[in-house]
Amino acid sequence: MSLTQDLLARNTVQLNSKIPLGSIEDKWDNYKADMKLVNPGNKRKFKVIVVGTGLAGASAAATLAELGYQVDSFTFHDSPRRAHSIAAQGGINAAKNYQGDGDSVHRLFYDTVKGGDFRSRESNVHRLAQVSVNIIDQMVAQGVPFAREYGGLLDNRSFGGAQVSRTFYARGQTGQQLLLGAYQQLARQIGLGGVRLFNRTEFLDVVTVDGRAAGIVVRDLVTGEIESHAAHAVVLATGGYGNVFFLSTNAMSCNVTAAWRAHRKGALFANPCYTQIHPTCIPQSDEFQSKLTLMSESLRNDGRVWVPKNPNETRPAHEIAEADRDYYLERLYPSYGNLAARDVSSRAAKRLVDKGQGVGPLKNGVYLDFNEVITRLGRDVVQERYGNLFEMYERIAGENPYDMPMRIYPASHYTMGGLWVDYELQTNIPGLYAAGEANFSDHGANRLGASALMQGLADGYFVLPYTIGNELAPMLGKTIPGVDHPEFKKAEQAARDQYNGYLNIKGTRSPDWFHRELGKIIWDRCGMERDEQGLKQALSDLPALHEEFKTDLNVTGDGMSLNQTLEKAGRVDDFFQLGMLMCRDALSRQESCGTHFRTEHQTDEGEAKRDDENYCHVSAWEWGGDAMSPNLNVEPLEFEAIHLATRSYK
Amino acid sequence: MSNSIKNLTLKIWRQLGPTSKGTFETYNVEEISDEASFLEMLDYLNERLIGEGETAIVFDHDCREGICGTCSLMINGQAHGPQRGGATCQLHMRSFSDGDNIVIEPFRAEAFPIIRDLMVDRSKFDRVIESGGFITAPTGGAPDANLIAIPKPVSDAAMDSAQCIGCGACVAACPNGAANLFTGAKVAHLNRLPQGQPERFKRVEAMVETMDEYFGSCTNHGECEGACPKEISVDVIALLNKDYRKAKFASRKDLAR
Repeated sequence: MSLTQDLLARNTVQLNSKIPLGSIEDKWDNYKADMKLVNPGNKRKFKVIVVGTGLAGASAAATLAELGYQVDSFTFHDSPRRAHSIAAQGGINAAKNYQGDGDSVHRLFYDTVKGGDFRSRESNVHRLAQVSVNIIDQMVAQGVPFAREYGGLLDNRSFGGAQVSRTFYARGQTGQQLLLGAYQQLARQIGLGGVRLFNRTEFLDVVTVDGRAAGIVVRDLVTGEIESHAAHAVVLATGGYGNVFFLSTNAMSCNVTAAWRAHRKGALFANPCYTQIHPTCIPQSDEFQSKLTLMSESLRNDGRVWVPKNPNETRPAHEIAEADRDYYLERLYPSYGNLAARDVSSRAAKRLVDKGQGVGPLKNGVYLDFNEVITRLGRDVVQERYGNLFEMYERIAGENPYDMPMRIYPASHYTMGGLWVDYELQTNIPGLYAAGEANFSDHGANRLGASALMQGLADGYFVLPYTIGNELAPMLGKTIPGVDHPEFKKAEQAARDQYNGYLNIKGTRSPDWFHRELGKIIWDRCGMERDEQGLKQALSDLPALHEEFKTDLNVTGDGMSLNQTLEKAGRVDDFFQLGMLMCRDALSRQESCGTHFRTEHQTDEGEAKRDDENYCHVSAWEWGGDAMSPNLNVEPLEFEAIHLATRSYK
Repeated sequence: MSNSIKNLTLKIWRQLGPTSKGTFETYNVEEISDEASFLEMLDYLNERLIGEGETAIVFDHDCREGICGTCSLMINGQAHGPQRGGATCQLHMRSFSDGDNIVIEPFRAEAFPIIRDLMVDRSKFDRVIESGGFITAPTGGAPDANLIAIPKPVSDAAMDSAQCIGCGACVAACPNGAANLFTGAKVAHLNRLPQGQPERFKRVEAMVETMDEYFGSCTNHGECEGACPKEISVDVIALLNKDYRKAKFASRKDLAR
């Protein structure tokens, strides 16, 4: 018996992924043909809460309101337009085949499954590839100014892990333009009264009554007041947990709180150890650094990655002769070259830096060089393509990339793990959904570039609006628990106690201090490469540091007014607990796959070595009462349309 | 390699709430790396204040790469500080020298009430967008994206104004507290595109009238363009005014029908 089968027999929660019948191409159509509908006049009788206003949240809230549902939308930002989707630079994939280069739904599906190293659920990924084409149509209709050719048609570029050009982009601000499109659609609904917006309001807890999601508890960040909201369904579109590393490319306030507190209420957390390290970020420059900045992967279309062959090289980049440079991605992965998948490129950079071949004052980066393309196409063309990215780099690093190669290094960027969801994007708690980066569903063990924007919008525009109706239809005419239900009161009181608790510790260390220390442990032990000894060490260091957090935290100010230190304390507490689960997950998955690289499991050439016999499953963890004793549940992954193969970018 | 900047004197606006009386407090920062960003310098100061049992200085910030529009601050009287074409989060300490005095205030405008310390409420911007800053295109019925060819210069011009990050520097820099650059940028983005034509005049009328409800009037000072982190040109205000005038005639014609 394989380990997967053995673990499956010991599941503590019944997991039903609800994959529709039929061939992979027909599943989504079959689902839509069979799903229950709520008639237009009845939709207004249902209330849906959407937490988060990024691509997934804004598109879901707007679309559900257009359909006629009453929607309450929550964001901790001052405006829905601030959500972190805005920072995505490079682009969004879609299987339009506008370039006539052989793209198709099947090829995007295949690339995504392969890119994820065969650790994602086939049916979800195929649906994603199918609806990708609708997303581009929808966003163009919204007025998103995608890049165009002189003939007026849409332009495309290529991205890592693909051999076709299927990425649509708006200069280096694709995420911004897509988010503003979705935000404007949401704003229209707010103006029309279809959506009520609660800004500067942070989600604290999900409330369940008789096992069903009944609503949420929130804190008004301005007044400090804690209150409840009831609904027929709750959608968490609250992003990923990359900030567990402290230094990451995520915005400062990105956090895992919503997903984590749902987890503590019974929602399973899947594959937490699948965290993506982005290969092209600006290296850390000093100890004060609060975050890292990503340079779009699209730069790898034209930039060539190299390090000096000699670790003791002292000459500036432009004086190093071609013969003394190692264009290592082109050397190691000739067919994909500088566009090798993210995890592959990141590890290659780490190994060279570890060998002392790094560049820059701290020798903590590799070069990304544009000299060749500037010579070939001219400075103007390069400026047109990447102008704003070059400016951004110069502003931060103080060096001009037209003259000096950029210095880049991998950094935490995206998290593939998240709340376990079925085909309908529903968690194992009925009525509770997770969308976008907050769920685990589509990217397996590694996400391809330009696929996060695609997934967020697919979930919000083209999946949830259907699947939520299927769940709500049978609830017509039934009353739901209101905010005066004892479960709401209990959750509110627990939240008040928790936040007062942070204020009452009166220790000596700030939440940021703990966050930085936590991040160091996670980066060292559960970052780009992991091993048994390191993970075990982390699982002993983390609880000790968490204990210190509980006794030595210092939160100044009070709970009855705006207090950013208090907000941060709650988020760091959750990151601690998640960090322990990440390490536990990484320890239990004794194989390498995608971004999860266990040094004990690698090929002779240093590539990830999967174990499909024993680990071809999703690890979905159930909260076991405290952060150190979760229960493992597995969902076996079955590949029918795609043959399990070794992932190679050579 | 990084050098450090020494002996900074910061005068920072502290205010407990919207109706409380605010005041400048003085803080010294003895040494900070010139590689640190301006907001990292404030983080560092806040760590110290928390360590001393003081409440941290409240300021808005998030992405720290100049795209989300959350950060603000008047630094020595300039919105987003001394650099051109960047947000406060993109300002680095290498722009300052040893012994500098730095005055840090919130964005000041009647339409942006102070929430606490350096944080202001910019949600009136959302009201302007809600009134018409969109294209009505409900999910589901969009035609193929390549059905309408859009000339590249038109698409590029739309993108130039679509870059607005909604930070409010234009309003803060304006002596009248006007939001014409913000409103003009959105109108110029959508009204230039073929998809934006059906609602072109309705959009500009609604947005201008909502803007007028909350913000001051534009008297062409041009301070907004100088403060804009995305360097959006005041040309968008000309376009806004032109379309608003046209709208007044177009709408009358429509009503007469």
